[in-house]
Order: sequence, then structure tokens, then C-alpha cells
Amino acid sequence: MSDTWEAGLPEPAVLRRMFEIVTAISRTDAEFRKLLLAGQARSTYYSPKGQECISAGIGALLRRDDYVVTTYRGLHDHLGKGVPMRELFAEFLGRATGTCKGKGGPMHVTYPAAGLMVTTGIVGSGLPIANGLAWSSLLRGTDQVTVVNFGDGASNIGAFHEALNMAAVWDLPVVFVCHNNRYGEHTRYELATSVPQVALRAAAYGMPGCTIDGNDPVAVYGAAKAAVARARAGEGPTLIEAMTYRLWGHIFGDDMRYMPTAERQAAMDADPAVRYRNWLAGQGHLDEAALAAVEADVDAAIEDAMRFALGSPPPSPAELFTDVYAGEARPA
Amino acid sequence: MTATCPAETGRETRRMTTVQAILDALDLSMAADPSVLLLGEDVSDPAGGGIFHASAGLSARYGENRVRATPISEQAIVGAAIGAAIGGFRPVAEIMFMDFFGIALDQIANHAAKLRYMSGGQTAVPLTIRTAAGAGMQFGAQHSEMLESWVCHIPGLKVVVAANPADAKGLLMSAIADDDPVITIEPTLNYWASGEVPVGEHFVPIGRAATARPGSDVTVVTYGRMVGFALQAAGELAAEGIDAEVVDLRSLVPMDEEAILASVSRTRRAVIVHEAVRRGGLGAEIASLVNEHLFGQLDAPVLRVAAPDTPVPYAAELERAYLVDAAKIAAAVRAAVR
Repeated sequence: MSDTWEAGLPEPAVLRRMFEIVTAISRTDAEFRKLLLAGQARSTYYSPKGQECISAGIGALLRRDDYVVTTYRGLHDHLGKGVPMRELFAEFLGRATGTCKGKGGPMHVTYPAAGLMVTTGIVGSGLPIANGLAWSSLLRGTDQVTVVNFGDGASNIGAFHEALNMAAVWDLPVVFVCHNNRYGEHTRYELATSVPQVALRAAAYGMPGCTIDGNDPVAVYGAAKAAVARARAGEGPTLIEAMTYRLWGHIFGDDMRYMPTAERQAAMDADPAVRYRNWLAGQGHLDEAALAAVEADVDAAIEDAMRFALGSPPPSPAELFTDVYAGEARPA
Repeated sequence: MTATCPAETGRETRRMTTVQAILDALDLSMAADPSVLLLGEDVSDPAGGGIFHASAGLSARYGENRVRATPISEQAIVGAAIGAAIGGFRPVAEIMFMDFFGIALDQIANHAAKLRYMSGGQTAVPLTIRTAAGAGMQFGAQHSEMLESWVCHIPGLKVVVAANPADAKGLLMSAIADDDPVITIEPTLNYWASGEVPVGEHFVPIGRAATARPGSDVTVVTYGRMVGFALQAAGELAAEGIDAEVVDLRSLVPMDEEAILASVSRTRRAVIVHEAVRRGGLGAEIASLVNEHLFGQLDAPVLRVAAPDTPVPYAAELERAYLVDAAKIAAAVRAAVR
């Protein structure tokens, strides 16, 4: 793993931070699935398990004032960008204390304080918005970067193509990150996509594109670092295709019949969170005590946040009518 | 075409076309607030300042960073405008014809309209979308529709339509200053109509109707280009002894329900006029409003004058047959007061 990155291996603090994010995502996912399975709470839930290394690599790299846009399967990106667990979990459970007062839900988590600007439930529609966020930082004269995450399925919708073209024409500081998890809803990549790799589409828009192992945080960090540096330097957008696998299907409750058992089992056996832990230990980057300490901290934070979310009230009925328009005066 | 507006007393006015009034509003807004941006197809000066020249000269004055000509990519245009809006700016996006809203409707309906609500009030979208709409120039079925019903049906959006140059300026300046997404529908044929327009900053409050003509026998509720036809019809009807009041809504969302109900409660008769097709049109909404509040006081059924439920035809004769005009409005008013 990560042999090609040995030369430019991230600093120990970055390796540790990525482990923290990977662990937070993986264990939060396990908690949510347990909670839903036990019927202790209700939520529309799109498991990010299997894709955690992408968010870890990017999350460890970005500054707090950088912008992130993500999609309905976004829990990993939310945690990677530093959305606080308490408010995040409460939003997933539709509570008044959630990031969006329980009015957005998992598909619409927003937390501008950490730069998490949009989570959309419409495939591909975050890309055009990311361009506008990037334009805003150009206008302000800052070197903020906008990262927009989407799946392989999104590369087949018009918004993807319109957005990549405009970003390239306008030299916008955007990094397009495709989480290629091999399935769009229930349909295999090959049945829906005309090219063997999404990254090949970058050439059509005159921007650099690369395909990387999205299950290796070090590889993600390295590719994202180069793309973010280009963007900050005013050299325009990049398309990164991070190869990964969606371990728990499209949505919680999905029977996953369309995923070959052997294929899914092999992906389970190659659990990227476990792989990264083993690599850190094996290479001597973090010893067992350090790893266990990170895990204990993450577990404590998850337990605290889950208790907070479960103990929080639902939004008051009056919230139905607020935030439709600015201020008090609203159209009847 | 009638496109004059009673100038506010005490205000200096200047005669100009609707396009000039719109350009004036954009210029004043950009000069007053550096966060106001402009984007759309051909909007920068090398491309002509828009096909109707509504932004002529602005990219030279405010720079290509604030006035951005875009690819022909309506989703990307509205998406970029939304992103810039939640990033703290006040973009004005131009969608050349309202018929093209179909291409950008996901961004308009699922994002511009809903981001404030879905984020629990954390992200605002102070975005204005300008768009030309309406038939009468033989542009055929895909460049002529009034599609206000599409956007009025989406909570989170505001929708305004001006009937004259002064309101075109005042509503646009209010739209740009508004903290919510506002669609300004601009009747294409009004672009070249002239009228007196207040000089300098001019804000027409969103949500307030205007009485275009006072009357006592029947209320004609209308907006946009139809206001001119309604006034023309009212003039003809006056000779027959019918005194029609014409209410120009100006703002469709929020709608000035009080003004409609106040007028109809006096005249006891209402005729609703719009250029758009009848089925699912705003006329049904307004008729329902009147019925819910004034059922026992009405002297006649609420009538609608609207386009037939067909696409807009090309041939001039067919297009004339499609369009609402003064004669059709007058006929409906006569039926209402009979």
C-alpha cells in the first residue's frame, strides 16, 4: 500500500488525523446501522462505509475556510470537513438541535461554520453550485478552494458536463472528486458509463484528471494536495476519480441483490479502515497504544454525540413555517 | 401598447424604454453594492451586453469578474449564481427566455428555492433571475411562453412581473436587494415600450399591487403585458358605460391578496387575465382566493381570460388567435357585468 507515496509521505500528524477521520466515519456508520436495525431511531440512511478514506485524505488537507459540497451519501464528507458530531447526528435523527434544526436531514446537511456549504439529494447538482462558491472566493481575492464530491453515477448527468466545462473556461479553484463506488443506485458502472474511467472525461474539458486508489488515504491526500495546490495558485480545476466500493448498498434496507456476493465479500475483506490501521501499525507510523488512544477518543465522542442526539427534542411545529423566506414577512 | 406609469409626485423622471430602465436598475445596483454580480449568455460587452442589450456597458464599467458571459449552459449559470449567493454575493443571472427554465429547473426549484429552508436558515440565496417571456413576435413554441405558474408553485421563490418601464426598474432593484431568490419575468414585447421612469434609485416594494385604473363596476386582475390590454379594454368599455378597475399585481409571489379582495369587494365582479395558458394557471389560484373570501358578495362568477391550452403557434394569424388581447378581455368583462 502507498508504495508510490513513500517518498512524499504526509507528516505524522496528518497520518494520525486521517486515522482519526477514518475511524470516526467507520464507527459512526456502525453505530447508525445498529441504531436503525434495532428500531431505536428513524432516518433515511445512505451508508458511507467503504468510502471513508476519500474524506479522510481530503479532510486532513483542507482548511476550515475551504468549501465542501457533497451529496446525499455524505456522512463521510461531513465528518471529514469537521461538522461537529453532536449537531450532525441530531440532524440525521431530525432533532431541533441538528445542524439544520432537523429541517434538512441527512441529504441536506449544511454547516457553513466548518465550510460544509451544501449537501444535495439530486445527483450531480452540487457541481454547478461548487463553481459559484469558487467564483465567490476569486471575487473576494482569497485562495480558498472548493471541493465537490459526487458519485460515478453523477458523471452521466448534464450538470457534470456543464459544470466541468464552465470551471475550465473560468479557471475556477475547484477540485471535482468522484467517489467511484462502482454503482449508481442499483446499476453497475459498466452498464451506465461510456468510458472505463470517469477521469478520462477530464480531457474533454481540458483539465487534468487522475484515477487513484480511493481506499488509500495517503494516495487521496497526495492527489488532492496537488489538485488543491493548483487551485490555490489560480491554475484551475482538477478531476480526481477515487476508486472505492459501497459496502452496504445504496440505502439502508437495500437487499443488495444486484451486488455479486463474492465481489462484496472481497470488498468487505479489504475493509479500507482496517487496511489503513494495519498499514500504520505495520510501518511503525503509529504504535498500538497510539491507535487505541485515537479509537477510544473517537468512541467517546460518538457516544456523547449519540446521547445528545437521542436526548434532543424534535423541532417545534412552528418550525414548519420558518426559513422559507428571510425575516418575518413571508408570502401567505 | 400602453406602457406608461403615473410617475410618483415630486420625483424627477426621464422617458426611457423598458430595456433602458432595466439597464439603469442593474447599473445603479452594481454601483451601490460591490457584491452585485451579473452572469448569463452574452451579457458582457464583447458579446453585446445581452441579446436585448440590457447589460450593455456594464462589463466595461465593472469588470469581467463581476459581469461574466457564460457558456450556453443554463444549469451551470443558475448553479454558479446559487454558489456565489451562498458565498456572500448578490448575483443577477439572466436566462435568455423563460422557456429555457426547463434546463435549469433543478437548480431553481431544488436548490435556489430550498437551500434556506433545508439548511435551517444558515444559507441564504439572494439571487435574482431575469428572464424574457411571452408571445407576439413569431418566435414559435419554445421562445414565447409565460411560465409563471411553474415558479409560483415552488415555496421559497418570489416572482415579479412589471407592466411598464418604471416598475421594471423598481421591481428589479428591489429583487436585487432582496435576501431571497426572486424571478423577474420580463415581457419581451415590453422591452421597447417607453414610459416615464424615476431618475436614480427606485424601489417598488415586492408584494404590493398597483391600481392601474380605478373603476367601480368590475375588477380586472392582471399583470405583465396584459395590463396594457386591460387598460385598452377598459377605455373601450367606458364608452359603453362600464367602469372597470384594473389591478396590476406586479408581484405574483408574494401576492397582494388584500388589494385584490379590497377591489373585488367593492366591484363584486372579477375578471382575471393572464397571457399564460388557462389550465393550472395563476387565474385559477386568484379565482379561488376570491371565492374563498367573497363568495356571498359576488354578483357574477369569477371569469378567466387566458391563452388556450395549446403550445404557442408560429404563423402570425395563429399566434394572434392564441394571444389574449383587448377585445377578448372586453368580451369577458361584458359577460361579467351582464
